[in-house]
Amino acid sequence: MATIRIPTPLRPYTNGQSDLTVSGETVGQVLDSLVQQYPALRPHIFNENGELRPFVNLFIGEENINDLQGTTTPVKDGDRILLIPSIAGG
Amino acid sequence: MDVDLSRSLFGADVAVTPLRAVGGLETLVGNTPLIPLRRVTAHLPSTVQVLAKAEWFNPGGSIKDRPALNILRTALSQGKLHQGKRLLDSTSGNMGIAYATFGAALGIGVTLVVPANASPERIAILKALGAELILSDPSEGSDGAIRVARQMAAQQPERYFYANQYDNPANWQAHYCTTGPEIFQQTKGCVTHLVAGLGTSGTLIGAGRYLREISPNVQLIAVQPNSPFHGLEGLKHMPTAIRPAIFDESVLDQTLWVETEEAYRMARRLAQEEGLFVGISAAAAAVGALKVAEQLEGGTVVTIFPDAGYKYLSDKALWGI
Ligand SMILES: Cc1ncc(COP(=O)(O)O)c(C=O)c1O
Repeated sequence: MATIRIPTPLRPYTNGQSDLTVSGETVGQVLDSLVQQYPALRPHIFNENGELRPFVNLFIGEENINDLQGTTTPVKDGDRILLIPSIAGG
Repeated sequence: MDVDLSRSLFGADVAVTPLRAVGGLETLVGNTPLIPLRRVTAHLPSTVQVLAKAEWFNPGGSIKDRPALNILRTALSQGKLHQGKRLLDSTSGNMGIAYATFGAALGIGVTLVVPANASPERIAILKALGAELILSDPSEGSDGAIRVARQMAAQQPERYFYANQYDNPANWQAHYCTTGPEIFQQTKGCVTHLVAGLGTSGTLIGAGRYLREISPNVQLIAVQPNSPFHGLEGLKHMPTAIRPAIFDESVLDQTLWVETEEAYRMARRLAQEEGLFVGISAAAAAVGALKVAEQLEGGTVVTIFPDAGYKYLSDKALWGI
């Protein structure tokens, strides 16, 4: 089981929760179980074709998954995944 | 107008072009070009024009030079910022770059709270300009940075002048005094619509108030992300964000809600079809401006391109590279 940190703008879709424990052996599987648990999150994270939307930034610890193996990056027990928002105005 | 002359080096009136006298970096802020979009507007009738204000021509590289300089000047003249005090604010990047630029030029220390996920380009530029950076929790976004800055300002009022761009009237007043009048002059008073993205809202509220006063029928149209979780860097989803005190919705006629992917496609089109390599918020503004223009039989739609694309290069998905 890994934990995934939900950014403030997405917390309305997770009943206000910021840290969720989710199962899965890869980042992709973790995201799948996440949106199964919280279906209202799905359109914010995936497009109609089931692909990750281009501005969704995922980190395991300090590493962006794009610099690892993308959604096939393996997830170990106790890993902490961060879902990071883009930066709003100012 | 020295604006037009100094920009027409390749035009007919080269011989009379005076070089603008430089009295310091600050004198180069504003008077940015207004560039017509030509190819992405090819489907529009010839009676409808879309013009973009090219704000990356400012010395600090973005529209935020205007409010940063005005906030600095106002605080200096009111005695709120003086020797030994540092300017403090939270920023997504551009406002910080502008503060750091003029802070360096005027010898004023600058401390910025920036979300830790700000693009590496922005963080590098801020460091190169000598700003002191406090990185805030990335999952709290810009609002998290605002909360940290507020707390620092409250704890050390003797150390910091808290510039507070979201609530400081000198922000929108900069656009009331410069951006708005420039748009009116550059369109020879023909502007019918102003379309701009909202960050602090200073640009649209300030320029909009000026245009509304001088030309009451001008339509003022805001662009916002269509969802609280988005990739339109620089823009705020007001319904779910800390609301800037300067944001006066009663000034606006309409809001257009833009999807991130639409703006990404537009950023690539502007680069490849217009030669305009601009940032994501500029592309979102262009999406909005085209939607407005497509409804018109005639009119002059002005939109704002806040910055250039360089600071977004690390976002490979955006450019498809
Ligand atoms: C890239 C970019 N676009 C748009 C904006 C919005 O401008 P304003 O704060 O005047 O609403 C900002 C700054 O806030 C910005 O940095």
